[in-house]
Amino acid sequence: MATSNVTIDEAGSEERPLLEIRDLAISFQTAGGEFQAVKNAHLTIMPGETVAIVGESGSGKSTTALAAIGLLPENGRVSGGQILLDGEDISHAPERRMIELRGNTIGMVPQDPMSNLNPVWKIGYQVRETLRANGKPNAPADVARVLGEAGLPDSARRAKQYPHEFSGGMRQRALIAIGLSCQPRLLIADEPTSALDVTVQRQILDHLETMTAELGTAVLLITHDLGLAAERADKVVVMYRGNVVEAGPSLELLRNPQHPYTQRLVASAPSLASRRIQAAKAEGIETEELLAPTEAVVEKALSDDVLKVESLSKVFKLRSGVGKSTDFTAVDNVSFNVKRGTTTAIVGESGSGKSTVAQMVLNLLAPTSGRIVFDGVDTSTLNSREIFKFRRRVQPIFQDPYGSLDPMYNIFRTIEEPLRTHKIGDKASREKKVRELLDQVALPQSTMQRYPNELSGGQRQRVAIARALALDPEVIICDEAVSALDVLVQAQVLNLLAELQSNLGLTYLFITHDLAVVRQIADHVCVMQKGKLVETGSTDDVFDSPQQDYTKALLNAIPGASLMLPPVVA
Amino acid sequence: MKSRSVMKSNRQIEHYVAPIDETPLLATDTLKVDAAPLSLWADAWRKLRRRPLFIISALMILLLLVVAFFPGLFTQTAPNDNCQLGDSLAGPSAGHPLGFTFQGCDIYSRVIHGTQASLTVGVVSVIFVLIIGVTLGALAGFFGGWVDTIIARIGDIFFALPLVLGALVVTQLPFFRENKSVFTVVMVIVMLGWPQMARITRGAVIEVRNADFVTAARSLGVSKIGTLVRHVVPNALAPIIVLATMELGVFIVTEATLSFLGIGLPGSIMSWGNDISAAKDTLRTNPEVLMFPATALSITVLSFIMLGDALRDALDPKSRKR
Repeated sequence: MATSNVTIDEAGSEERPLLEIRDLAISFQTAGGEFQAVKNAHLTIMPGETVAIVGESGSGKSTTALAAIGLLPENGRVSGGQILLDGEDISHAPERRMIELRGNTIGMVPQDPMSNLNPVWKIGYQVRETLRANGKPNAPADVARVLGEAGLPDSARRAKQYPHEFSGGMRQRALIAIGLSCQPRLLIADEPTSALDVTVQRQILDHLETMTAELGTAVLLITHDLGLAAERADKVVVMYRGNVVEAGPSLELLRNPQHPYTQRLVASAPSLASRRIQAAKAEGIETEELLAPTEAVVEKALSDDVLKVESLSKVFKLRSGVGKSTDFTAVDNVSFNVKRGTTTAIVGESGSGKSTVAQMVLNLLAPTSGRIVFDGVDTSTLNSREIFKFRRRVQPIFQDPYGSLDPMYNIFRTIEEPLRTHKIGDKASREKKVRELLDQVALPQSTMQRYPNELSGGQRQRVAIARALALDPEVIICDEAVSALDVLVQAQVLNLLAELQSNLGLTYLFITHDLAVVRQIADHVCVMQKGKLVETGSTDDVFDSPQQDYTKALLNAIPGASLMLPPVVA
Repeated sequence: MKSRSVMKSNRQIEHYVAPIDETPLLATDTLKVDAAPLSLWADAWRKLRRRPLFIISALMILLLLVVAFFPGLFTQTAPNDNCQLGDSLAGPSAGHPLGFTFQGCDIYSRVIHGTQASLTVGVVSVIFVLIIGVTLGALAGFFGGWVDTIIARIGDIFFALPLVLGALVVTQLPFFRENKSVFTVVMVIVMLGWPQMARITRGAVIEVRNADFVTAARSLGVSKIGTLVRHVVPNALAPIIVLATMELGVFIVTEATLSFLGIGLPGSIMSWGNDISAAKDTLRTNPEVLMFPATALSITVLSFIMLGDALRDALDPKSRKR
């Protein structure tokens, strides 16, 4: 089987699919009974072809791929249909046969580079393990070659390092090296880059593409990002609630989505949305609201900087031994202004210092130098009573919808807490206010009695918004507020934020790594890199004519940005 | 990129669309409103009441409590009066199902009446260990820095003392020697037992301390102590409860150990430890005299440890994530 690998490229006319999934059904045995995770899934991958499965979390996309490599969890089983690998049905193949196939026929690159490498073994050992398991030559030179091919420079030395010495991108390269080390004919890549920064993501995907093209490996790419799927795959399969709802050539699918779910997905994919909103704006469709402030608010805001950040720096002392410490400058001389009623986005990759800025603006962290002026007052001069008042006017919304609500508090107590803390109203009026807030964030009032664990990510984020709004603040700091949400939910929450802004005249400081989201919501952008502000400007200016190389690189790295899409009218 | 995919796909790819009526579109992100609201405790209770481990241990503990508070329901024989040396080490007879001790006292009655002292020591010790350990552990975990260093070092000193050795030393102090009572035993156990609780609390608090909801509460204007009491500690309770349940069993054994060594409860108080100690002299000839209080002790400890195990599973936060 291994010898046939080399000739696949020329055998383009060979019409037998490499992997064919027919009417696949997968069910899980749970405490609540049998649960159908996948039904009627079908999909074909021709040799050398790249196919992407797109869907939100829980759509069954990963489950389908895991079934293909025989790695379903203990409580899951294939309850119907066939998985044909080169004509052989492997849906119920014995474990011994699957072990034979794994590695040298089907390879896998898992999702999370942080937890998928064993921290107690050297990288080289983990590559060698795969080679040995599949009967390939596994001398140190072979290991180094495999790692080198995956784009790790100085690979012989790198092989002797442990995973903690690698950055996220390097770990993902190591995982790709392991996945491709035995030249499989099919590589399953499950969200291979969703944990990485966009620029790294682009490098890794480019490299993966080159490698698989050289080897003639077919790729099954699993992703939640429609833009990324369309950009990287020949064919896109859309899954929704365990069903394949649409499949077809990637561009065709984007331009002419047929199923209502795909249409919805195309309409809200942030990486594709920039074009759509512009077009909509030109045509004067009501989605203009997405672009935030109404005319009146903008005019009022023109001269009014609600927040001024002046040469702000933050230096952390890192302990490096007894009594010694080294300085780490997390934020370096950052200045920007935020106009009342507008949205300013701070964009940067991990480690750029953007969240540190947010913490300082929230007055939870003292700046090393520089000033933050809120409504004309330097926030560092506030005494404790004034800080208490300041808290009413500036509120945060955090990233992790699972971490930002106290699991012991029900929704009523969660939203009531700010009112109680600031001694606003009596019990009855507070309850009335909570009900109003729930209405504002479009949650039913009956949610009040529930606990966070009963809500989905998007619903929790709505509760977090309601809590932030309880004190009628002027400024809301959104720290990656939508990054953890599925695309459709993300679009909903962004719409809600925009709506609240135009109704209540709110000012947002939006911290994000996702430039695509910035385009949808922000008026002004500050791009940060390694603690420094590299570019600021209006969103249109920054997106249309970026001045700095770093900004250009960031913009280029948005998956799907290069796909010229005609406006979609939903 | 566009040209790439056009170039590469020399194969014909068909465009498939699922029948729409077979895959109906649901509203995005709807809320399930049918089920009753579930708090963490309600959820844990729902899981617990189906576990045999929990049911058995809870019933056992309930029985022990009844025995401890109403020994009269189980035996009419007075444990200390009417001990007749003529009955010394006699076997079971009518009204005396387990036979007699060396001193001629009814074993069954002594085991029943001994429950109270053993449970009291266990429960009171756990209450004090909770008060001291949770307070110090929470402060150390939440504030960190020098507060943490000082509390952790003090804890380490007590932690490093082997329990029996430490108890031997402490009970030789004049105050303890002269006032031997339930109170002194509890004091010794608390003194040597709190660091364990403080450690667990500290770890749990550190885990919760950096959660977003704590930062959110701080930025709402809730004070530091307020966040600690209202948000951090309630979320750190699960491991604390589990440890407290298990330690209850361990402390009962500790009391028995100390009493066995003669440095625990005074002989005038009936406890399993004292009875085991008294029975050791006749262990070779009459092992059953020792066996009955020892069995009672084992069952009690086992019940609490089983309960702790069941609670650990039910309160595991990982099983709650959806």
